[in-house]
Amino acid sequence: MKFTLSWLKEHLDTNASLEAIVEKLTMIGLEVESVEDPAKKFAPFKVVEVISAVQHPNADRLRVCMVNTGEGAPLQVVCGAPNARAGIKAVLGLPGTYIPGKNITLGVGKIRDVVSNGMLISGAEIEYSTDADGIIELPADTPVGKSFADVVGANDPVIEINLTPNRTDCTGVSGIARDLSAADVGKLKSPAPKKIEGKFPCPVQVKLDFASGQSLCPAFALRLVKGAKNGPSPEWLQTKLKAIGLRPINALVDITNFITFDRGRPLHVFDAKKVHGNLVVRRAKKGESLLALDGKTYQLDETMCVIADDKAVESLAGIMGGEASGCDETTTDVLIESALWAPNNIAQTGRKLGIHSDARYRFERGVDPAFMRPGLDLATQMVLDLCGGEASQVVVAGSTEANDKPIDFPLDEIKRLAGLDVEFAEAKRILNALGFHVAGNAPRVKVAVPSWRPDIEGKADLVEEVVRIAGVDRVPPTPFPRGDAQRKPVLTTTQLRVRKARRSLAARGMVEAVTWSFIAKAQAELFGGGKPELALANPIASDLSDMRPSLIPGLVASAQRNSDRGIADTALFEVGQVFAGAAPEQQFTAASGVRRGRAKGTGHGRHWMNGGDADVFDAKADALAVLAAAGAPVSALQIVPGGPAWFHPGRSGTIQIGPQNILGHFGELHPRALEALDAQGPVAAFEVILERIPEPKAKATRAKPALELSPFQPVERDFAFVVARDVKAADIVRAAQNADKKLVTGVTVFDIYEGKGIDPDKKSIAIAVTMQPRDKTMTDEEIDAIGQKIVAEVTKRTGGTLRG
Amino acid sequence: MDARVNPGHDHMKAKRMSDIATLEAEILKGIAAASDEAALEAVRVSSLGKKGSVSELLATLGKMTPDERKAKGPLINGLKDKVNTAINARRDALKNSALDARLATESVDVTLPVRDSAAETGRIHPVSQVIDELTAIFADMGFAVAEGPDIETDDYNFTKLNFPEGHPAREMHDTFYFNPREDGSRLLLRTHTSPVQVRTMLKQKPPIRVIIPGRTYRSDSDQTHTPMFHQVEGLVIDKGSHLGHLKWILEEFCKAFFEVDQVKMRFRPSFFPFTEPSMEVDIQCRREKGEIRFGEGEDWLEILGCGMVHPNLLRNCGLDPDEYQGFAWGMGIDRIAMLKYGMPDLRPFFEADVRWLSHYGFRPLDFPTLAGGLSA
Repeated sequence: MKFTLSWLKEHLDTNASLEAIVEKLTMIGLEVESVEDPAKKFAPFKVVEVISAVQHPNADRLRVCMVNTGEGAPLQVVCGAPNARAGIKAVLGLPGTYIPGKNITLGVGKIRDVVSNGMLISGAEIEYSTDADGIIELPADTPVGKSFADVVGANDPVIEINLTPNRTDCTGVSGIARDLSAADVGKLKSPAPKKIEGKFPCPVQVKLDFASGQSLCPAFALRLVKGAKNGPSPEWLQTKLKAIGLRPINALVDITNFITFDRGRPLHVFDAKKVHGNLVVRRAKKGESLLALDGKTYQLDETMCVIADDKAVESLAGIMGGEASGCDETTTDVLIESALWAPNNIAQTGRKLGIHSDARYRFERGVDPAFMRPGLDLATQMVLDLCGGEASQVVVAGSTEANDKPIDFPLDEIKRLAGLDVEFAEAKRILNALGFHVAGNAPRVKVAVPSWRPDIEGKADLVEEVVRIAGVDRVPPTPFPRGDAQRKPVLTTTQLRVRKARRSLAARGMVEAVTWSFIAKAQAELFGGGKPELALANPIASDLSDMRPSLIPGLVASAQRNSDRGIADTALFEVGQVFAGAAPEQQFTAASGVRRGRAKGTGHGRHWMNGGDADVFDAKADALAVLAAAGAPVSALQIVPGGPAWFHPGRSGTIQIGPQNILGHFGELHPRALEALDAQGPVAAFEVILERIPEPKAKATRAKPALELSPFQPVERDFAFVVARDVKAADIVRAAQNADKKLVTGVTVFDIYEGKGIDPDKKSIAIAVTMQPRDKTMTDEEIDAIGQKIVAEVTKRTGGTLRG
Repeated sequence: MDARVNPGHDHMKAKRMSDIATLEAEILKGIAAASDEAALEAVRVSSLGKKGSVSELLATLGKMTPDERKAKGPLINGLKDKVNTAINARRDALKNSALDARLATESVDVTLPVRDSAAETGRIHPVSQVIDELTAIFADMGFAVAEGPDIETDDYNFTKLNFPEGHPAREMHDTFYFNPREDGSRLLLRTHTSPVQVRTMLKQKPPIRVIIPGRTYRSDSDQTHTPMFHQVEGLVIDKGSHLGHLKWILEEFCKAFFEVDQVKMRFRPSFFPFTEPSMEVDIQCRREKGEIRFGEGEDWLEILGCGMVHPNLLRNCGLDPDEYQGFAWGMGIDRIAMLKYGMPDLRPFFEADVRWLSHYGFRPLDFPTLAGGLSA
């Protein structure tokens, strides 16, 4: 919402400064977005007289001018404008002056070796006009030395407020003035429009035709002014409209635009000679269309409200009129419409057709129903004043009656909700000034809401009205102790897991990324997603269309982008939402990571110490680290070969606690998956779902179990087994552990060998077994006996033989 | 008396004594000449071994008269001790030089670079770090952390929050919708974290004190907007919390979060469908060369919206607005992260450029705590 200071002062008697008004507007909830003060912009530029203008010695197109500034000796200025010549009055910018149109600050300079003490300026250079062809020429009688701002009378600051959607009353300057007057910045003086009785019946009748459903037009008023003379509107009106960025069209149209901004009351004018028969307000019919005043043709449907005559749709109700019945310079008979529209319907239609008009802006917020008729009178008066003619009587269809129940307002609500003490007298003064009627006395009053405040529903709204005008800054900050609440953890299990997962992965040298929750459909499908219920109806881009089933595609794409920038070895992770379905319980928290190129767990890139490509074991270590940090029962986790299709079939694994609870997967990505993601490998990745980790058991005590230390030295023995190549190391380890569950406390795989000395279809796996005696030192015989049990168990489980 | 006493005795005595001296000199020479442990051992055997020269001398002591023994005993024993000491000293010296020699062969180029510590190269995203900071601050004030799903119903995202159907406030949200379901209803991506206010109030009886961080979505993308961003909300519901408390909490929060002693805030009346009265909050700051300093300066910077929970929202959640009251506030996590840590642009937050993440991210062990300072 834009207006000028002088426009405001037509409704508000005030001596307050611009600064004070701007400050107050913001502090009562009418946030000032910008103040443009042309006076300030033009003030530094002075009227000068060009005494002489001679050819520049070194440039064909430049002239060296001597100018009289009204004080001191004439100044020398170099100028390139073709109209720079002796005798004219021009406008000078002195060194140090900011030139808004060029975004430069002038200095004393030499132009082709000739000193220039400033610049004679064009209209475009100071954003006064669009004229860039020559310097500004002023009338010969313009006094030298005068500020350009004074010369053009540009002393009217333009204020733009960022109006919140509830404040329909402030879509007009009069409403803004009312708010300011309530806040003690002057006295409201908006004149009430004079009622105009028509001289003859309005020849056009109006019918509201919503027989089949809910009315989209509560009321509609219309009158004819005949014998008017349209043409350009007077300068004062044009200046006003131009100041707030509107283009003057003709007097009739400008009047409606003026009242729209002056009173927040949009109107429409039809050229009566272009209207055929009577008007009917109805829903559009499928297939109808309208060439609107913006020159575009809109296709209409039954959800939209239109004004039609006997032949066609003439106006898109409350949003934009039609070109066919619009007023132009030739219009002599004008139908003036002032109506009420269903706000939701206006919003819906406007959104559907993509029309942002000043009328829509107001009607979708809900205009003052009581001002429908006065608004029409105000417009009529202006038409009669500016264009002449004779006004008809008014035809009204529908009703502007509102059924408003006063609000029961216990005054201590102010203290209860806002923590602010406001005397009854002050509260009453504020409410009255805003147009509310307060009946009764403290502590409980009845408050009637003015017709222009459809946003006020209940007592909380009244508290806001009182507090915002009294001043929110008066509310004292009040300590808010935590009270008797027990200090206990505030994070849920999952929140805690998220936090630990992040820190543990970062501690493994990985960098946390936050990638989009939506990915391309093809990628979603590749990773087991792509369900129709998870596809956006209005994605912002085609490759951000589907909710992600996995974090891996986003991370792989991110790693590839880094590679494209020259950083090939990246380890990225993310902890975030993945979507198996649209229901809340189908949203899971995944922790995933990718290692691309040489981003190994032991360090990134080529290095003399070690190196090589990240592989399945880096991903496995990452996955297990996250699970351990997040509190998974590490000893209960099973690693099963293989994983989902996007992993390398022979270099991937599944982490589970029994076949029913799969916690996650790890592995090297399948080359085909990488190709589909348009990424180059190798990439090792993992993904675990934090919710799948079993809930920790509630513990009665924080004490750890008693520490049992054996006084006897542990014994370590090495065994090497020759087994078939497809035998899993984990089976050998488990067999060794099972040989004596009490004494065997550790089994480590320390060597894998295939090659010379071993059958080609076999491999050798060497393990170190730790035995921890409990009661006494073990004898050699006892150790050997366990060794034999281990060999027997491994042989039984894997078919392996002790390597000789 | 002693038949063996004879005139040559003194001569012999002198000879023996000179023999001992000679022997000593010989042995010590041999010790010194021993170039390794084996040579030294040979010297030891030839002197102190069973048949060694010194052992043989020692054996003569038994046959001596007490006087002789008294005279020679110390000499011979002294020789033994000297030889022993010399051998031990030589052995130590040999050991040391052997060790030195070995060490000399073991030297490496210590200027070779080692691997960087993983905990130094890994990074936490600024958004995660700031969520941890917020949690630390508000946990201290008695707030729990609540969360909700990203995919929401229209009812929770708008209707229950008092956004009337068709109201312009709805349109300001640029909502991402899913395709209509069989019953015609449409799910959406939450446009703010406020639906979790509804979920919390429906699930939990007051008193309620929660903060709600999370991802939010609006179909908006330009220099300063991304289709996905992060918000954090606060919600308090009880029987007496009012605007004064809200002001105090937000002031405490700003001081703690921006780590300044004083902060000047400006509360401006504003509008949100789910609060009444509603306010926007500006914080005073000074902008200089792209840096923002809080607690000083003359500029106002908008950082959050807040207000008293709207009676309609309380009613929609089954709470009587005459009995319960409270307040809520919301702000952009990405935005306050930018303000605090000086990132000039929003878009890189979601571009996963490791150069940006390494620069603006946080080390995993730099966990924000009130005890250690949030960004210490």
